[in-house]
Amino acid sequence: MTRKTWITLAAMVALAVLPPVFYWTGNAFYLDLATRLTILAIAAVSLNLILGYGGLISFGHAAYLGLGAYAVGIPAYHWLYDGIGDWATNGFVHIGLAVAITSTFALITGAICLRTRGVYFIMITMAFAQMIYYLIVSIETYGGDDGLVIDTRSEFPGLNLDKPLQLFGLAYVSLVVVMLLVNMIVNSRFGMVLQAAKGNNERTVTLGFNTYIFQLVAYVISGAIAGYAGALLGNFTTFISPEMMDWRTSGELMFMVILGGTATILGPVLGSAAFILLEEILVDSLTWVEHLLDGILGMKIELSNYWHLPFGLLLIIIVLYVRGGLMGLINRKED
Amino acid sequence: MAALLDISGLNKSFGGIKATDDLNLSVEPGELHAIIGPNGAGKTTLISQLCGLQRPDTGAIRFKGRDVTHVPPHRRARLGMTRSYQITSLIMEMSVRDNIALAVQARDGHAFRFIAAARKDRRLREQADALLARVGLQAKADMKAVALSHGEHRHMEIAIALASQAELMLLDEPMAGLGSEETKAMVKLLKGIKGKHSILLIEHDMDAVFALADRISVLVYGHIIATGTPDDIRSNSAVQQAYLGEDA
Repeated sequence: MTRKTWITLAAMVALAVLPPVFYWTGNAFYLDLATRLTILAIAAVSLNLILGYGGLISFGHAAYLGLGAYAVGIPAYHWLYDGIGDWATNGFVHIGLAVAITSTFALITGAICLRTRGVYFIMITMAFAQMIYYLIVSIETYGGDDGLVIDTRSEFPGLNLDKPLQLFGLAYVSLVVVMLLVNMIVNSRFGMVLQAAKGNNERTVTLGFNTYIFQLVAYVISGAIAGYAGALLGNFTTFISPEMMDWRTSGELMFMVILGGTATILGPVLGSAAFILLEEILVDSLTWVEHLLDGILGMKIELSNYWHLPFGLLLIIIVLYVRGGLMGLINRKED
Repeated sequence: MAALLDISGLNKSFGGIKATDDLNLSVEPGELHAIIGPNGAGKTTLISQLCGLQRPDTGAIRFKGRDVTHVPPHRRARLGMTRSYQITSLIMEMSVRDNIALAVQARDGHAFRFIAAARKDRRLREQADALLARVGLQAKADMKAVALSHGEHRHMEIAIALASQAELMLLDEPMAGLGSEETKAMVKLLKGIKGKHSILLIEHDMDAVFALADRISVLVYGHIIATGTPDDIRSNSAVQQAYLGEDA
């Protein structure tokens, strides 16, 4: 096994072991953090399939996350207020809906977006995502821009998602399955064509591959996985708002992929972890400085509101100076 | 015998410039037909139209008796037409073997397979390695394409063309940018292929063309001014005037 494989295994074992340990030792907050991180990692891994391996820079991935979450929230809403059948709380129904809606959305929008390249592709994927955003904002029944509280989590036989540890377990197992799935796809014959089209599209076409179809299939797979992640995210937050599918969320997902390292299996997971943890650490340490300034100098400055500034600077430094993101750091030592 | 490739009345203009001007040309089965012509004669535009990346304004391209003028490039490739590139056009971040294996896969079909690992697929790997041996690159199979020299890239282009087992190979200046030793090696390689595949060779290197071609066509400003055996072309006064100049 290569060093990269070992590091991937070690990281995944750590992600499996640490959060429950924190939970049992009375730090439930860290389990929450890990669950959020794990769910976003699934979305990042799915984005990496098209962004990293396919070279298709989609700036609208948050739409899939949001659609997936609404696929949980809307049936749950009607179950509570309209008394429709108990099927509306069934987890398999939720996930089936999430995957069906997002893959259909990916198929229709992808068929159009993939006719464009480069900056146009970025803009048009973002435009479609914003369309969904404004659509949800306009639907008053589901809370409009105030969002929608999910009153009941998805129900699976033998699984209770109200228990944080079980929800984390489901998210973790899903992440591992998705990582294996994407790894399998990119190394298959299909994946070879997808990566070749990223490297040299015209050559791949003249070899005899209709790269448009390959990219569209990858786009749909990626969207469906992100939709699944969205269904998990809805279960985790038990509240959904259109903000979840805003372009800023799309940008954050992109950042996780780039920060961790594109076209690697572990990269997006590391990226999500770094993103989520850094956010926490920065807010905590700025709060600490706040207290220090207040205690010593009597100054009252709300520094922690400005955590985005050092956060942005750190991200810029990593993107500028570490080629290949965090995975680039690991691989460099391998040479 | 019917021609493998038959081009009739082909025209293509870019603005006011006629890149292809009422062009007629055929490639017989098993033939190596070379096209020579000064810079800007429209050689690469012709190849682009043949492989389907550009649409001709008027005219028809028939391949194996079938009108392919409006067939998209990936389907033409599957019908048995392959091209190499004048400017090296490989997938640089992939390994040498992966580049060739992809071309093998293009002919093999079954690209919509999501499960089995392609790099462990013996059918792809063995054929790719055999082709690399044929062009003398077996020792560099695991290197990234970007790490190879220009001359080696040219050999990879040939291996990719061979991988497709296409009946017609469109070779766009395979000697471009090669030193004299490298050119000799390439001529030797092409001599070995000649006869097994029909080849339309576009080339600047006169020695190479006269050593390899069964027939030569001379392209000037998008129009073919002469077609014939190497000897015919050598003694054709219009050709000497238009193209070969005092060198002939």
